[in-house]
Amino acid sequence: MKELRLMKGNEAFAEAAIRAGADGYFGYPITPQSEVMEYLMAEKPHERTGMVVLQAESEVAAINMVYGGAACGKRVLTSSSSPGISLKQEGISYIAGAELPCVILNVVRGGPGLGTIQPSQSDYFQSTKGGGHGDYKLLVLAPSSVQEMADFAGLGFELAFKYRNPVLILSDGAIGQMMEKVELDEQKPRWTEEEIIKNTPWATTGKTKNRERNIITSLDLDSGKQELHNIALQAKYREMEKNETRYEAISCEDAEYLIVAYGTSARLSQKAVDLLRAEGYKVGLLRPITLFPFPTAVIAKLADQVKGILTVEMSAGQMIEDVRLAVGCRVKVEHFGRMGGIIPSPTEVVDAMHKKIIGG
Amino acid sequence: MTEEIIIAGFGGQGVLSMGKILAYSGVMENKEVSWMPSYGPEMRGGTANVIVIISDERISSPIVNYFDTAIILNQQSMDKFEKTVKPGGLLIYDPNGITRHPERKDINIYTIEAADEASKVGLSKVFNMVVLGGYLKLKPIVQPEYIHKGLEKSLPKRHHGLIPENEKAIAKGKEIIKEKYLLN
Repeated sequence: MKELRLMKGNEAFAEAAIRAGADGYFGYPITPQSEVMEYLMAEKPHERTGMVVLQAESEVAAINMVYGGAACGKRVLTSSSSPGISLKQEGISYIAGAELPCVILNVVRGGPGLGTIQPSQSDYFQSTKGGGHGDYKLLVLAPSSVQEMADFAGLGFELAFKYRNPVLILSDGAIGQMMEKVELDEQKPRWTEEEIIKNTPWATTGKTKNRERNIITSLDLDSGKQELHNIALQAKYREMEKNETRYEAISCEDAEYLIVAYGTSARLSQKAVDLLRAEGYKVGLLRPITLFPFPTAVIAKLADQVKGILTVEMSAGQMIEDVRLAVGCRVKVEHFGRMGGIIPSPTEVVDAMHKKIIGG
Repeated sequence: MTEEIIIAGFGGQGVLSMGKILAYSGVMENKEVSWMPSYGPEMRGGTANVIVIISDERISSPIVNYFDTAIILNQQSMDKFEKTVKPGGLLIYDPNGITRHPERKDINIYTIEAADEASKVGLSKVFNMVVLGGYLKLKPIVQPEYIHKGLEKSLPKRHHGLIPENEKAIAKGKEIIKEKYLLN
């Protein structure tokens, strides 16, 4: 039986992480995601499952604790908001390079710099194009409800271990702070030491006589070998593109116009679709659930069907570049968004649709 | 049925918790709900508001800019939210501290002297529940038994002793809400 609760997105993520059998959380407080650690501290998961919850001295320390925990085959996670995620980028690049699994939550706030504490989606480039150095990709999940904040904690671990790759959950202040109904999965047991050795043969679990040493590093000074490593990474990213692309298509079957939006913007846009349909316009919504891999194929297909596409993002327009790449020049693609922590209203989206796409 | 509500006032007036109790009551009655606070540096003394949506259907956007009901508890919120009530909608306010009263003629307006009443009967801590009672009198969108369950769920166990006091305040609110301007 699933348990029904009313929770904030941040709290739902924290509870779901415990229930997904996480071994450790390492974080540092920042608005608007502080409830993740507050919830974990209050819940004392070390008494429930043995899970460690630790407030590190900084974001840099927290991500490197994740690096260490992941190297040992543990299910570890961290969370922060935009400026804190920027601080973690070096560690994230190392974890991607060393091919370790972990879950990272970014509850995005407006930037640049310290910016504001209000919701934003201006970290799309950072999340999908590699916020740190080097040719790497994170698997990026974009929740648009409190339920998905909970679901993606478990899914995040599953995908992270499947691909030995960091999974980034790209949320925002609105999803993190709002409360909705959420159905919680039952508690999954944490892996035992024996299960970790069995499930993560690559981890530094202590060398035994009958195997080679496991070395976790992102450093290889031999350029030839480093190139081979990069080729292998790229092959892994292509596998993710093949297997893990996720999206939701709402009212797209008969759509003559399309909105593409993720996260909070997708929720606003869904209301905008209802309002526009009430006016008699056949508008659909394509909501990417994975931002990497991006649902390029379905958007390309819809481009043949619709007369125009509006991307709605709480940014200056970042995802629009991926939509345009998918569409080519076959159909007009325009952006609507607000910046600096302002959430647009559904009627602003309706107006933008009229001005830029339907009437434009 | 979909009811989109904004509750707005000073931080510390219990605006967010009023919304939370309403939302939890909706959950108990198996409705769809969302609770979207204005969060941030708006603590005690600043302004605070929350959008609560209760619906029989899946809620698309938790953020809307026009409301079926606005519950307004200070002047700043009146200035900001009077204009966001949908035509034919409902505005409830506590006149205490209001210097410019609402002027719209296309909505129903009620007053509730909750601050006065709460302090008179020594219920100032449950001021917000007096307001909630007034609202529920006009729009019984959740049944009283579910309000009770909502209180149980949203108050920590150690505060369950306060539930009768909260329910008394809700009953008081139902008594004292007054018409100010009604559409024909």
